[in-house]
Amino acid sequence: MKKIMNDPQNIVPEMVAGLVQAYPQYVERLPETEALVRHDKASMAGKVGVISGGGSGHEPTHAGFVGAGMLSAAVAGQVFTSPTPDQLYAAIKAADHGKGVFMVIKNYSGDVMNFDMAKDMADLDDIKVKSIVVDDDIAVENSTYTQGRRGVAGTIFMHKIIGAAADQGASLDELEALAKKVMPNIKTIAVALSGATVPEVGKPGFDLADDEIEYGVGIHGEPGYRKEKLQPSKALVTELLGRLKDEFKYQAGDHFAVLINGMGATPLMEQYVFTNDALNQLAADDINVDFTKVGNYMTSLDMAGISLTLFKLEDDAWLKGLQYPVDTIAWTQK
Amino acid sequence: MTLTLEDTLKWLHGFDATVTAQKAYLSELDTPIGDGDHGNNLARGAAAIEDALGKQEPADLTAALKTIAMALVSKVGGASGALYGTAFLEMAKASRETQEVADLLAAGLAGLQKRGGATTGEKTMIDVWAPVVAAAKAGNLTTQVIDDAVQATKPMKATKGRASYVGDNSIGHLDPGSVSSGYLFSEMLKAGVTA
Repeated sequence: MKKIMNDPQNIVPEMVAGLVQAYPQYVERLPETEALVRHDKASMAGKVGVISGGGSGHEPTHAGFVGAGMLSAAVAGQVFTSPTPDQLYAAIKAADHGKGVFMVIKNYSGDVMNFDMAKDMADLDDIKVKSIVVDDDIAVENSTYTQGRRGVAGTIFMHKIIGAAADQGASLDELEALAKKVMPNIKTIAVALSGATVPEVGKPGFDLADDEIEYGVGIHGEPGYRKEKLQPSKALVTELLGRLKDEFKYQAGDHFAVLINGMGATPLMEQYVFTNDALNQLAADDINVDFTKVGNYMTSLDMAGISLTLFKLEDDAWLKGLQYPVDTIAWTQK
Repeated sequence: MTLTLEDTLKWLHGFDATVTAQKAYLSELDTPIGDGDHGNNLARGAAAIEDALGKQEPADLTAALKTIAMALVSKVGGASGALYGTAFLEMAKASRETQEVADLLAAGLAGLQKRGGATTGEKTMIDVWAPVVAAAKAGNLTTQVIDDAVQATKPMKATKGRASYVGDNSIGHLDPGSVSSGYLFSEMLKAGVTA
């Protein structure tokens, strides 16, 4: 293992300290926590707060999306481990400006339990809290016999849509209704070229041969659905897009937003090659791509790989939500 | 028998030492079917419990159980922090009414089921807690009961928690949360607490 760090046990607090020192115009650290709250307080006045959080190792998620038009606060847990309820509760309190707080949770048992406990704490303070559990990873069977689908890169689109609506004054109930409507329309699938090494563990969570890839891997290195020899980018797109196509059963003329997400160790050059192939294949299917985003948004430490997210734009307001101005460390647009 | 403050401290010191010693093994068990951090997370919890108990000697059993719960809830994170923390918190609450070991463990089990929504046979720590509570109620909890319950998770297919993602591939692996729960109850017996 080669990593730029000091003591692996302190990697999260040291990362948070670095973020705050670099970007004081965006984030402030709540005392004695790994919770970061938006610096621009005026932009939150009179609005529902939006918080997220989860294990660390997915940077710029989650703190990178704290700022006007997106999250009010974010909490960083230990690497690949959900934050604790006391810290989430601190974030809820900081994000509440009298209109309640909406939580964006990824579907992992630890995250769901800890956010639930934080909500219980907020209930005692009469802070109204509602939430959405993001479950966009189609690599996982969605049945009553599993935890259900995992929350992965599509979470970024949820942050964006909810953040934009909250900024425009949507109520807590309206945000919940919006999130529930949007969620089934966001789906993601990934391919990994190599595993991720958790600093405290010191070796990759899984091994792939030099010429081997694995489809359907999760953002913590959860096993996927098939391993095979490395394919050209076009073939990767055919496989991943084919899975998404089956899920959406999309038709010529449908409107989509696309997120192509690097897993941490895949260069942007490769991501753009993949993007070119993905957009070409979508165009060949007569799909209207109204919004595209490419880059490292929901990473998995040093995993090499890429994920493809499609967001079916059933409502014009959703495209407007994606295009709405935002000013955060990792996503800025006018 | 009833649980005393003294036995509880002895029990948890034993558990903390075992978890710390078995940190790498627990994370290794968690690698093929989870995300490989169970040992690291629990070792962090063990250090937090030792730290909290060392700062201030708890006044009574309820205070001790609550201190342990809050250390787990606020320092571990993930599912294991929420689950172990909830179990000890429910035991703390119940200890105001009863100090009977079986009743306290039953309260912990009820907390686990409420928090995690799992039942027996899903390859989770419930598969150790449930038979342990049943044996404790019958007054015949032994290390054999604990070990058998832990081993019984091996052929199970996970349908809850992160191991459920690997489906049939979870068969043949011990459940890490069940192994650490096994340590918890074995250390309880070692501390001289019988049930």
